[in-house]
Amino acid sequence: MTSATGIGARVLRTEDKRFLTGTGRYVDDLPLARATYAYFLRSPHAHAKIKSIDIAAAEKHPGVVNIFTGKDLVDAKVGGLICGWVVKDKHGDPHKAPPHPVMAVDTVRYVGDTVAMIVANSHDEARDAAEAIKVDYEVLPANVDLARAFDKGVPQVHAEAPGNLIYDWEIGVKADVEAAFAKAAHVTKMDIVNNRLIPNAMEPRAAAAEYDKGTGNYTLWSTSQNPHVLRLILSAFVLGIPEHKLRVIAPDVGGGFGSKIFCYADETMVCWAASRVGRPIKWTAERSESFLTDCHGRDHVTHAELALDKEGKFLALKVETIANMGAYLSTFATAVPTYLYATLLAGQYTTPLIYANVKAAVTNTAPVDAYRGAGRPEATFVVETIVSKAAAELKMDPAELRRKNFIPTTAFPYQTPVALQYDSGNYPPIIDEAMKIADYPGFEARRAEAKARGKLRGIGFSSYIEACGLAPSQVVGSLGAGVGQWESAQIKFNPTGNVQVMTGAHSHGQGHETTFAQLIHDKLGVPMDQIEIVHGDTATTPFGMGTYGSRSLAVGGSAIMKATDKIIAKGKKIAAHLMEADVADVVFENGTFKVAGTDKNVPLAQAVFAAYVPHNYPHAELEPGMDENAFYDPANFVYPSGTQICEVEIDPDTGIVEVIAHTAVDDFGNIINPMIVEGQVHGGIVQGVGQALFEGAVYDKATGQLVSGSFMDYTMPRADNFPSFKLGYKVTPCPHNPLGVKGCGEAGAIAAPAAVMNAVHNALAPIGVKHVEMPATPLNVWQSIQGAQRAAAE
Amino acid sequence: MEIKGEYRIAASREKVFAALNDQAVLQACIPGCESLEMLSPTEMTAKVRLRIGPVSAAFSGKVTLSDIDPPNGYKITGEGQGGVAGFAKGGAVVALTADGDDTILKYDVDAQVGGKIAQVGARLIAGTAKKLADQFFGKFAERVGAPPPVAAA
Repeated sequence: MTSATGIGARVLRTEDKRFLTGTGRYVDDLPLARATYAYFLRSPHAHAKIKSIDIAAAEKHPGVVNIFTGKDLVDAKVGGLICGWVVKDKHGDPHKAPPHPVMAVDTVRYVGDTVAMIVANSHDEARDAAEAIKVDYEVLPANVDLARAFDKGVPQVHAEAPGNLIYDWEIGVKADVEAAFAKAAHVTKMDIVNNRLIPNAMEPRAAAAEYDKGTGNYTLWSTSQNPHVLRLILSAFVLGIPEHKLRVIAPDVGGGFGSKIFCYADETMVCWAASRVGRPIKWTAERSESFLTDCHGRDHVTHAELALDKEGKFLALKVETIANMGAYLSTFATAVPTYLYATLLAGQYTTPLIYANVKAAVTNTAPVDAYRGAGRPEATFVVETIVSKAAAELKMDPAELRRKNFIPTTAFPYQTPVALQYDSGNYPPIIDEAMKIADYPGFEARRAEAKARGKLRGIGFSSYIEACGLAPSQVVGSLGAGVGQWESAQIKFNPTGNVQVMTGAHSHGQGHETTFAQLIHDKLGVPMDQIEIVHGDTATTPFGMGTYGSRSLAVGGSAIMKATDKIIAKGKKIAAHLMEADVADVVFENGTFKVAGTDKNVPLAQAVFAAYVPHNYPHAELEPGMDENAFYDPANFVYPSGTQICEVEIDPDTGIVEVIAHTAVDDFGNIINPMIVEGQVHGGIVQGVGQALFEGAVYDKATGQLVSGSFMDYTMPRADNFPSFKLGYKVTPCPHNPLGVKGCGEAGAIAAPAAVMNAVHNALAPIGVKHVEMPATPLNVWQSIQGAQRAAAE
Repeated sequence: MEIKGEYRIAASREKVFAALNDQAVLQACIPGCESLEMLSPTEMTAKVRLRIGPVSAAFSGKVTLSDIDPPNGYKITGEGQGGVAGFAKGGAVVALTADGDDTILKYDVDAQVGGKIAQVGARLIAGTAKKLADQFFGKFAERVGAPPPVAAA
């Protein structure tokens, strides 16, 4: 159907009306009668023994209802928080799994570790009472420096993880790769740090819970990206509340970027304590708590080597990475630097041999888990940085070296040496289009013009591939995932003809209420204002896996399409009965069932009405009602790809890097709503540039104090840091899902850091700077320039 | 972080050292000190209200005197819990040398903070600690010496 609101139309977002008028309903907005308020006492130490906790004085504070400590959880036999993905190390043994108590019992392991929960009649009273709790700590030395986390003599974070090693994992055959390196005409080597990031969703994490003594039912409102998964974890592993007695609601949620996938201590405590307190409990994180306790992202130390033959063909890639897990293993922490990272190291290239070794370390820092892109930005940064470095060393054009090594368009489906099979792709037209939009041929003239103004101008490429649309259940199951990764949909027509669509995906900024409605409108002809997309409530939506890994449309949208097929099939039978026609002759077009070659027709709404008021109905053959469920398990990941080109100017006197132009050409397969896709790409680029130029989580290496713990010291990218982005698209439909779609949520953040840093290096190369680490802050760049000038003078 | 400073005090070493052990003098000179109680000649409990950048907190904790070597100097260390603001701990090695009728007081401060103070005020701690040390020894020199000395730090 072609329509102003169907597939491919730039439909304004339905949800924006409430978001822009302040009428969204977030967890903190919940009016709960007789509510109490929780405050969490956090560890001020990175590593310490808890010798005693004295709550006597705090309990006497006005307004205090209850105070809980880790010991209360031990007494109540509450389970620990879990890591849901078992990664087997290179010997086939499962990763080390140190316990992760919901609240610390005898040891705190990072600044922000939860020590006590104070429940009071108001937030301020709870906070005041927390001041009166006396914790006697015996401070222990902390393990903070990731690059040295495995060194002898470094403080041990967990007795269960000797040497601070969680796993030593590998993919590929090392000997084959070494043999290829031995024959190489050229080897490019690099050491890089993928800087640690703090997610900073606009809405901090929040939870509220209520226990109904009469029924024994718990309701937990949480800022979750996946309420069903949160319920499953709390029920099956942590609290033991039967799944049918726990309802989890994730209402409007203000951004997640991965950080709200996981099951956290605070929401667990709020839920657990609700029945003990006997009144509802509310908690909303302060921004300071978000900095300390939201799972952080990235944080790798990597050595990589690329072997090339004399024509510039890639022969082999070798990568050694140390990945930071933080103090405890968060819900999916183990999978991020392995199956979501090393499997992407082929990039867009035919590199025949790849070996990657990843060692995961525990440190006395906040847990690290998936953050926008999760592993794939780290992989893209390695591949795209080393390719550009190789091009510079070989004095080749970086686009030419990429083109020379692209997987040929005729080679799909393409089996990479690192497990994934790319389903589709067509890379050369993408880079061509990006170079055209970015006016690559005109770059040298722009560089000369900038030089005349005293500025160093540079250009950088990043040609990314990602695997998203998580995920084929059988594949992830074989790799150790504890869950399947299909998605669900339910299409429920009401007798009056309007429709509610329940999805297991969750929208926290992605615009599902619009995109999914466009699918329904396009397929079933129902007007947009007659469609309600329902998500985020385990009581009203079918079990689903939630939203992360750019999966909502490719997997959740596909489930919706399957359900529409069932609606149409049932409607055809009803319409055939009403039209006294053979069902084989009934077609469905523009929302109406017709008998081909006649003027007989039954609008879908009439078939729906007949299904609910079945006075004239094929009862022998059909059940009443128009309510269909579908589950969709993808056959493969989807593989969006693209090229970004960034152009920067650097002021050598101040070290300030300015992004002058940023181009992104993507292949997301078919596009449902181009406006929403542009928004996703823009946001992703901004986060990626944020990582490259501004953001860096810094812990004091001696004490483990988070010194970039507020917006005074942690720089978020802002609108005035950016030019208008130039976007383009090439479409290679995904061959294995019904919409032909790939994912677009993470692409911008995956590709941008390498594009920016390649541009920075390109700008600084003429003055002899070899390497700048992210974030390329003015200080960092200026010091690199000074270092190069000193080296040149010596 | 470490901070060093030096003051000239118009008083004898014996007088200066006695003042360094005088609870009333210490209480008057410690910035933001709300109470200071002697438990023993070398141990005190203190309540101190401090502002570091955007964080204001009341610290309660212990002050200990050690390496006591009259009249040459001692080490004063403190450790305070600021509740949800975190903790602060630090020490100063104080050395006294005679210079004519005056005493030269040299101090060498080492301070550490944790929790919210470190989280939001890390950049400000060096400056704040320097300021606090100057306030303490400035006031101390003023109170013990006469006429008011000129800071030589």
